[in-house]
Amino acid sequence: MQSFKNINSRVVALPLNDIDTDQIIPARFLKVTDKIGLGANLFSDWRYFSDGSPKPEFILNQPESQGAAILFAGDNFGCGSSREHAPWALTDFGFHAVVATSFGDIFRNNSLKNGLLPIQVDPATHALMHELLDELPRAEWNIDLEAQTLTLPNATSVHFAIDPFAKMCLIQGKDELGYLLSFASQTAAYEQAHHKQVAA
Amino acid sequence: MSQPLTLFQKVWNEHLVTQQPGAPAVLYIDLHLIHEVTSPQAFTGLREKNLTVRRPDRTVATVDHAIPTLPSKDGSVAGRLAFADDLSRKQISQLETNANQFGIRSYGPASSQNGIVHVVGPELGFTQPGMTIVCGDSHTSTHGAFGALAFGIGTSEVEHVLATQCLLQHQPKTCEVKVEGKLGRGVSAKDIILALIAKIGVGGGIGYVLEYSGSAIRALSMEERMTICNMSIEAGARAGMIAPDEVTYAYLAGKPFAPQGADWDTAVARWKTLPTDAGAVFDKTVTLDASALEPMITFGTNPGMGIPISGKIPTANDLSENSQQAALEKALQYMGLQAGDPILGHPVDVVFIGSCTNSRLSDLRLAAGVMKNRQVAKGVRVLVVPGSQQIKRQAEAEGLDKIFKAAGAEWREAGCSMCIAMNGDQLTPGQYAVSTSNRNFEGRQGKGGRTFLASPLTAAAAAVTGQVTDVRTLLDE
Repeated sequence: MQSFKNINSRVVALPLNDIDTDQIIPARFLKVTDKIGLGANLFSDWRYFSDGSPKPEFILNQPESQGAAILFAGDNFGCGSSREHAPWALTDFGFHAVVATSFGDIFRNNSLKNGLLPIQVDPATHALMHELLDELPRAEWNIDLEAQTLTLPNATSVHFAIDPFAKMCLIQGKDELGYLLSFASQTAAYEQAHHKQVAA
Repeated sequence: MSQPLTLFQKVWNEHLVTQQPGAPAVLYIDLHLIHEVTSPQAFTGLREKNLTVRRPDRTVATVDHAIPTLPSKDGSVAGRLAFADDLSRKQISQLETNANQFGIRSYGPASSQNGIVHVVGPELGFTQPGMTIVCGDSHTSTHGAFGALAFGIGTSEVEHVLATQCLLQHQPKTCEVKVEGKLGRGVSAKDIILALIAKIGVGGGIGYVLEYSGSAIRALSMEERMTICNMSIEAGARAGMIAPDEVTYAYLAGKPFAPQGADWDTAVARWKTLPTDAGAVFDKTVTLDASALEPMITFGTNPGMGIPISGKIPTANDLSENSQQAALEKALQYMGLQAGDPILGHPVDVVFIGSCTNSRLSDLRLAAGVMKNRQVAKGVRVLVVPGSQQIKRQAEAEGLDKIFKAAGAEWREAGCSMCIAMNGDQLTPGQYAVSTSNRNFEGRQGKGGRTFLASPLTAAAAAVTGQVTDVRTLLDE
């Protein structure tokens, strides 16, 4: 995982509620045994006609979306399945952050492990951001993870919460696995103390 | 006396390896279930880092998502795999290779015990009260029906559990879901959970572990309890749990991997300490009156968009927020339905009876009860997909397969099948299906396909009438 850098980027607005991971990447693209190139299938059924040609009106196909690193969605983004292919597809497309009023639990966990920052904002702030996006759709937003601020084109700065451990992992580009492995002896002690039935 | 605790808190506390300041808890995982779709990259990660599987004895593999359910023409495994595409065959063979290399017990395509991971775990007795159970699959919440803390994880976390048998977790909040009263005729566990999600919404459980309680839950069989816990994730909950009781112990007794002999007595004594203590406090409580429920059906594109079968599709006026109105409009456009219309009588092209929600023997019995001495309606395709090879054999021993086949339904091999539509079983664009599965998301059952989620009874009623039907009109008095 690469370390998370501050972002200055245009924003792709997809302000719908309950965007599930089946929309982010449909199940037929889960047949892979690696993580590579999934951005091509991101939002596939909303993005392409059945002959594979792009739907020009879909936001990801518009020129100003190319190179954007911030996705703006509604409530409960990433609900549904546990597929990590969802953040793999979002990051492969180029997204580094998703702004929403809430996230699916498993999606949030998966995102943090892939350098994709889930930024949760309250509904009132979300509504203001939405209005601003309507006014200034091509303006850049700034995300400073160290300061935990999202700065909007009208110079408003919005503070966002993030679990300190996840923040450290993102900034250092560190996977949680190293941390877990460092508790091998505590885990062995736990196993000693809890002689539970193991499948014979 | 010590502080009263909830079922969840007891299981959580029991599994804490350590909790360092400023970091999430390190939680020990008792049972790790894996399948072919969300595990390959995790094993690749292990190899890249020169790591091994810490507890292969606590890891169990089965094939379900990608495996074809068409019966092999010559009865051979190769004959069944021949229906799969190259990518799926590669996923299935990688699971076999990974399980062999790391010494993991595997119910591969040749096993007579394979099936949907959330069906196989309980029926073989791997799933037990008080355990922590994870799997790279969101419907791992199913196992909470036994009083286990069970939840879905991503592939990175699959790798973490393979390597360390632990996970980093933030402690979720608790929500009690009290379901009191007696279910009416033709109303089942699926209708309870669809009604709950319609009430609290697909985001209503975010950040919570739900504990289902009350007289209606106590009256359910283990299979019905699994149906309820299975769809906890559809309310956004981290997990769903039901306290173990005599029903749980009777189900587990004698299962191949359940404790035996003196170990059984010890285990039951321990399990009896798990139920939530009197006076324990939940962060939130939701109630549902089971006696007031009708059979439920969804009309939209998420599992919260459900109504009683005699009800009408909501209109924008029924909803308070603009965003909800926009979601309704988008969903109805995809579904080709009109706000304010009834859903009864809507024509159906396909009926799917299966999935980790409703593919167990009791589900098949209910569906067969409706379809017996009736015929599948003209032009309707009906797939009946047992959840495991074991269920398939049990159903065949009772003659359920003959009832389905005589009615004109397809009787399949075990697997996830048309619930996730990865294995060739899928809707074609525009088709309407009544499905006993768990997700009606756009394209979930095949690109452009349109899903009405319902119980096995309601699905069977649609199969024989060719339209959305109130099953109560078909049941004997």
